[in-house]
Amino acid sequence: MSQFAINIIFVGGSFLLYILIAIWAKAGSTKDFYVAGGGVHPVTNGMAIGADWMSAASFISMAGLIAAGGYANSTFLMGWTGGYVLLAMLLAPYLRKFGKFTVPEFIGDRFYSKNARLVAVICLIVASVTYVIGQMAGAGVAFSRFLEVDATLGLIIAAVVVFMYAVMGGMKGITYTQVAQYCVLIIAYTIPAVFISLQLTGNPLPPLGLFSTHADSGLPILEKLNQVITDLGFNSYTADIDNKLNMVLFTLSLMIGTAGLPHVIIRFFTVPKVADARWSAGWALVFIALLYLTAPAVASMARLNLMTTIYPDGTDAAPILYEERPNWVKEWEVTGLIQFEDKNNDGRIQHYNASESFQAEADARGWAGNELTVNRDILVLANPEIANLPGWVIGLIAAGGLAAALSTAAGLLLAISSAVSHDLIKGSINPNITEKGELLAARISMAVAIVVATWLGANPPGFAAQVVALAFGIAAASLFPALMMGIFSKRVNNTGAISGMLCGLAFTLVYIFVYKGWLFIPGTNNLPDTPENWVLGISPLSIGAVGAIVNFAVAFVVSNATEEPPVEIQELVESVRYPRGAGQAQDH
Amino acid sequence: MSGHSYDAENYWKANLRLIFGSLIVWALVSYGCAILLRPMLAGISVGGTDLGFWFAQQGSILTFIALIFHYAWRMNKIDEKFGVHEE
Repeated sequence: MSQFAINIIFVGGSFLLYILIAIWAKAGSTKDFYVAGGGVHPVTNGMAIGADWMSAASFISMAGLIAAGGYANSTFLMGWTGGYVLLAMLLAPYLRKFGKFTVPEFIGDRFYSKNARLVAVICLIVASVTYVIGQMAGAGVAFSRFLEVDATLGLIIAAVVVFMYAVMGGMKGITYTQVAQYCVLIIAYTIPAVFISLQLTGNPLPPLGLFSTHADSGLPILEKLNQVITDLGFNSYTADIDNKLNMVLFTLSLMIGTAGLPHVIIRFFTVPKVADARWSAGWALVFIALLYLTAPAVASMARLNLMTTIYPDGTDAAPILYEERPNWVKEWEVTGLIQFEDKNNDGRIQHYNASESFQAEADARGWAGNELTVNRDILVLANPEIANLPGWVIGLIAAGGLAAALSTAAGLLLAISSAVSHDLIKGSINPNITEKGELLAARISMAVAIVVATWLGANPPGFAAQVVALAFGIAAASLFPALMMGIFSKRVNNTGAISGMLCGLAFTLVYIFVYKGWLFIPGTNNLPDTPENWVLGISPLSIGAVGAIVNFAVAFVVSNATEEPPVEIQELVESVRYPRGAGQAQDH
Repeated sequence: MSGHSYDAENYWKANLRLIFGSLIVWALVSYGCAILLRPMLAGISVGGTDLGFWFAQQGSILTFIALIFHYAWRMNKIDEKFGVHEE
């Protein structure tokens, strides 16, 4: 059977499973559509949060970025897990106690202002749409490879599938489909990693394999990898870096962004009790950590495998002939995501870091530049092929990557559509809208969001995980501070919160757009996006942490200069701090 | 919860103390051991690299899990002690 047929069977089979579950658990009422009736067990909920959370960025893109950046990109690992500590302690239990449907609803009630709710809706939409752009970029890569089409066509197919998928069910359908998706994606991610770890180190557990001995050379695997890549002029994989300020801010931005993302927070409204909201966060992180502990192993091992494929006789010998390139290179060339250009016309693939310090050696070896360009987003998907694993493993990873992209995109579209239909239309424009009208508005806003995201996803402002990191920065700078101050301070008032959110959002967006292009439209950036141009070496990916500080500071100063919140609001803050009585809140 | 009993205030203080302690550990493993203090831990080698690298790619994640479960467990106990838990 051809690989194409195997891929279709795995991808098609897994989709059929999700669709059957979605039909079985079809959303009955508006409330079901948003929060699944409030009766989901913490472990089940944790698994659904895991699927919701782990997107194309985690599954498809992250290991590729770690492989390329080594130690410096550990920020993704710490940032996207450490945020759960903040969620569990600073937000989830209190928001569960508050017991409304959406994040803007909390902000609107706590800051007793329709304008606050409106600003929260804007922040939510900007962050979520940016996030969906990243998902579309990742899903596009996956579809283009497995359907063997050009990257743009892959993206369009992905958009159609995501849309059909998201409009079919609401949260109730999604909770159970997401449990299924979690299972598919974690199996798909870990099985190839186990095989590869066994091949390279003899240890079947990838997180242990990462710190074990490389079977062929007898060196620790990370030392072997360092040796191979530094021989070719690349930076050492494990070496420490100079720009620690940026690394700290980037990690912080991802962490507080995690805690501020509406589609994750909304999940904590679906557990029966406040105590369960705390456990849910813990279970979610356990399920997420299964992937996050595997990813660094996948990253280093795939990078080593890639290098050994190109230099089968070691880095001192000649690289392989283009004519003898393995099959997976040919197949990825179809998508345009791997490109080869024979610069010195010797018919061989020279892959190295063409930097000034390596110039002398490159000249001596007759190399005229790096000839192989590999898109970082393909590494995880190509990983089983690079390691010569059987066809069914490749089919499995296709199904897993698409599960990751779809589950998150669907969760985000749901958050966007509930913000538009519930908070914007029902909350301020037309409070008398019927349930039917509300659902229709929800579906139209999903369609608009996906068209915008697909259009921008064709030329994304970075690799999938980087685009998603931008979304986290935006959420970190706008929503998280407002939520946290709403719970932990009785003094912050409506004017303070609104000015805080607006300043945090504007500051962060302007800094990002200056380097990434206005509204992410390619070519409209004012400064090139390179470290020399960044203010104090702070990358646009890290600026969200600074934006959050701006938000907090503005909110405090403005609040203290204006009147205290009314007594009933101070009592509301008081009440969300104590779990008792949350039960009734479900029946809103 | 209106009336602000003495206990309600102590309950909230106990919660804040627990959060504060947890966040110190949270910052120490990630921003500390994995990033800023890495040069100080460079002498301790782990599988071909040093302890800071291990914290950055594994240790911090494992600590985060332990922190959340510890918080959930302690906090649910505190809820009961102050009688604010749900039946």
